[in-house]
Parts: sequence; C-alpha cells; structure tokens
Amino acid sequence: MILAQAEVARILIADDEAPARQRLRDLLDEARERFPLAIVDEARNGREALEVLNREKVDIVLLDIRMPEIDGMEAARHIAGMPQPPAIIFTTAFDNYAIKAFEVNAIDYLLKPIRLERLVAALNKVRAAAPVSREALDAAANQPRRHLSVHERGKIHLVSVAEILYLRAELKYVTVRTAEREYLVEESLTHLEEEFAETFVRVHRNCLVARHAIAGFARNAEESESGWAVVIKATGEKLPVSRRQHHVVKQFR
Amino acid sequence: MGNVASINQTGTGIRLPNFCNLGVMLRSLVVVNILIAAGAVLRVPDLRAAAYEYMVMATFGEPILIASLVALCAARRWLHALGYAGSLAALLAFELALAWVIVYAVGDVFADRGMSFGRLAVLVLVVTGITLVYFDLRARALAPAIADARIQALQARIRPHFLYNSINAVLSLMRSEPRRAERALEDLADLFRVLMSENRTLAPIADEVELARQYLAIETLRLGEDRLRVSWNIEAMPGDALVPPLMLQPLVENAVYHGIEPSPEGGEVTIDVHRDGRQLVMALGNPVPAESRQSAGNRMAIANIRERLQLHFDAEASMRSEVSGGRYHVVIRMPYLTAAA
Repeated sequence: MILAQAEVARILIADDEAPARQRLRDLLDEARERFPLAIVDEARNGREALEVLNREKVDIVLLDIRMPEIDGMEAARHIAGMPQPPAIIFTTAFDNYAIKAFEVNAIDYLLKPIRLERLVAALNKVRAAAPVSREALDAAANQPRRHLSVHERGKIHLVSVAEILYLRAELKYVTVRTAEREYLVEESLTHLEEEFAETFVRVHRNCLVARHAIAGFARNAEESESGWAVVIKATGEKLPVSRRQHHVVKQFR
Repeated sequence: MGNVASINQTGTGIRLPNFCNLGVMLRSLVVVNILIAAGAVLRVPDLRAAAYEYMVMATFGEPILIASLVALCAARRWLHALGYAGSLAALLAFELALAWVIVYAVGDVFADRGMSFGRLAVLVLVVTGITLVYFDLRARALAPAIADARIQALQARIRPHFLYNSINAVLSLMRSEPRRAERALEDLADLFRVLMSENRTLAPIADEVELARQYLAIETLRLGEDRLRVSWNIEAMPGDALVPPLMLQPLVENAVYHGIEPSPEGGEVTIDVHRDGRQLVMALGNPVPAESRQSAGNRMAIANIRERLQLHFDAEASMRSEVSGGRYHVVIRMPYLTAAA
C-alpha cells in the first residue's frame, strides 16, 4: 500500500533464524531516524507471517525466502491476493534462481548480510511504489504452492493442496472441495491446472480432480456426454467426464 | 625435447598400483585370466579343445599370478623404494624363478601336454607386461577424473548460502554477545582454512570430527539449540584412522540442510563413527521433513561423496543410504587405515 510521507510504517519481520531477526531489528532501530517505523511483530515462517497479517495492520513485510513449512515465495503469493496487501521486501542470503527471477520481474529484495543504507533505500522505494503484482510473483516462483488461500472477511485462510479433492469452476470463482467443506477462491481454473499439473487431472471443461482422490469411474449415461463419471474418494460424489476428456477414464482404469 | 622426456620420467609418472587394494587384485585376476583364455583359444584349432587348453595353462599360470599378487602387496613398501624399473625387474625375476620351480616340480602333470620353461616364461612376461600397461593406462585415464572430482567436490562442499547466513548471524551477535561472535568467527576461519586448502591426502578422522563440530557450532548459532540437536556417538572411534578429507562435514551439512532447516521444529542429527574389524564405519542420521523439496541437490552431494570414495578406495569402500522410520540414514564403510600401517 502506498503510504503518505512521515506516516509511521508498520513492519513485520519474517525469518526462521533468530539471529537474522535480531539483526533486522537492530538495523530497523537505526533506520528509525530516517524512516519513521514501528516493528509490529516477528514471524518464524510463512504461516506465522500470514497469521500476523490476519491479526494486525502491516504496511511492509521483510520476508525471508528460505523458511520451513511455507516459504517466503509462497507466503508472498498468498499476501498478494489480499484486498490491501502490504508491501513485500524479500531477504535472502543466496539463491541464484530467486535473484534472477526477481530481477526479471522487478521485485525488491535485499541480500544478507543486509546493510543499513540498502535497507533504508528499499523501505523508501516500496513506500513510493505500488505493491508487487500476483502475476509477477507467480512468474518468479519456480514451484507450485502448497496451499490455496481463501480470503474470507479480510482474513487469509489456507487450504492445503494435498487435502483438495477437486476444483470446479463456476462463473467468477473456483469451488475448492476438501473432505470437510467447500471454499471459494478467485483464481482461474486454467492457471490452477498449469500450476498443479502433477496433482490434478482435468475431467471436464470446468473441473479438475486430484489424482489421489479418484476412487474409480462409473457409467453415467444421463448426465455426462461421455457416458462416464468419476467417483470421488471420501465423499462418493460422481462428477461427469466430458467427451473430450474421455481418455482420462482409460488412463486410470 | 630433452625436457619433455625428463618430465615424463619424474616420479609422478608411472607407478605400480597398490596391490593390497581389493579392486586392483580383482582387476588383475580378471585381466590375467582373460589373457590366458585368449592364449588358449589361439593355440588350438577349435573352441572345445580351448577349455582343456585353458585349464592346462591356468594350472601353470594361476599359482604365479596369486603368488605375485601376494608378494606385490607384502613387499609394497620395499618395491616403492626401488622405483618403477627396479620393482619391475624384481617382479619379473620373482615370477621367472617361480615359473622355473613350477615347470620342474609339476611340468609333467598332464600326460598329453607338456609345459616347457621357455613357453611359460614368455607367457609370464607377456601377461605381466600387458597387465601393468593396463594399470598404467587406467591410472592415466583416471588422473583427470581425480582433478575434476576435486573441483566438483570443492564446489559442492559448502553452500554459499551457509557462508552468507553465517556472516549474517555473526553480525547479529556483534552488539549483544561479542564473545560468542568472536568464537563463531574463529570457527568460520578454521572451517574455511581447511576448505580452501589443497587436500589430496588422507586426514585423521579426529580432525574431520573437529571440523564437523566447528561447522555444527556455527549452524547451532543460526538455527538455535532447540531446532538443531546433535548426538555424537564417537566413544569407540579410533582417532588415528585416516579418511578422505572433507567427507564428514559435507554429510553433516547435508543432514542440516535437508533434515533440519525445512522443518519448523527441527530435529536431531546423529553422527556415529566406530571401527568394525578392519573397516571404519561412519553413519549419519537425520529426520526427513514431511515436505522436503530439495531431493535433487541431495542426490548430487551424495553422488559426489560416493565418487570420491571410489577414487580413494575403489571397491573397498561402500556407501549406503536409506529412509526408514521417518529418518534418512547414510552409512559409509571404508578400510581402516592408519599412518603407521
């Protein structure tokens, strides 16, 4: 978000290493004179960072790339989907791939060990600029996400990709089905198909089914044009298989 | 031109291989027997007779081969002092004497096939010559591979990620805990001194353990004692055992990078070094995080270590890795060598 000059920037530090967080705290304390700021909280991984964002108003996230569970890259992609996302400055010690991707997509990052001057410059820059787009982050990431983010009442809720049974496009949204419940996400089914090609298989123009969730196939002449329906494990639902995707039936039988 | 010749004659050129090495022994047995078989096939008109001919020739050749291998291993130090030409002369003299004894003792063991000393002497000379040429060519073929493996090893040894993260961690300590920062920098300096040095020869395992300890001290600083837990089991370790340098530290680094860092709770790295008869065993264990993503890098580091083990010990070292009970285990077995032996 774009801050007015002189407004105090609320900053979140996300890094899995305690010394690295301490170092950023020291530097931010020194930067305070030149850049009015407040440290909101610290997070030890991407999941904790998202939890803080659900709780607190944050303007800038200093986000380490290599973190356990949910890394910085994935956290940033979830953050970018927020209605009013904070600005993100990535921090990394060494990651050739990420650095190249950041350069190509004009994403701000700081190399560790971080210098005070560079930190202040980066803070000033993100304050003046528009937040990084979701598209740029997707392009910079080299791995599929492990979660989909559902934005409900201004809060981010994560759904593990491993728990998803199927994804079905309806009008503007995609319905995400897990064994427990359904969620709505604002993503395109085509993009999801590309990103998670290893996990999901398309059975219909509007439907991707997780490979591990396929219990079998059943004859279903009335509803489906191919005469087949895929049976979902756990829920027992039957989803129609289109004529064009009929080859999927053979592939799995 | 004179210069070139003198360079070729200097010590680093031709050398006898280490005949105490199992791989060298096996190779000698295979090469010599192939040559004997080839000789047998050439000597008789059809293949059926060749089997019998092979047996005849092997009866005379095999004792010389085995005695020579034993002698080459036992007298290794003495032969080394003689130089290549001296060793060759001593070896041939030994073999010809043996051939003479065998021909006179059991030369008439086959009623229909005799073996004269002259024939056996030619066989011995030709086979010994071809076998030694084979070992020389093999050594020459592998020499660039050794250099390459060393370069590769240098690159794979320490991840740049580790250096920058460590410096970052030390910087964070400078203000609050200057003493700890000092110690960490000392560890880092020691570590890099070894990493940057030209290490071709074997190093005492005790040094390798110390290096791994220094590495782990830095990593503990970074990750915290509750996230990186280390269990050493080295009471039974023979400290004088010689091992290829920089083999333990990369394994420990691997364990931290793949087993500890990807998990928020961390886990325990176990390091076990002990002697098992005439073998030295190094075993490492680390947890396998639920969603580990760097398997490709892991395989590369492991392949690198496997290659170096093979270059040093040929068939006498082994490396096994497996995942069981949610933990990744690597076990390396290599000959137990000491500086004295």
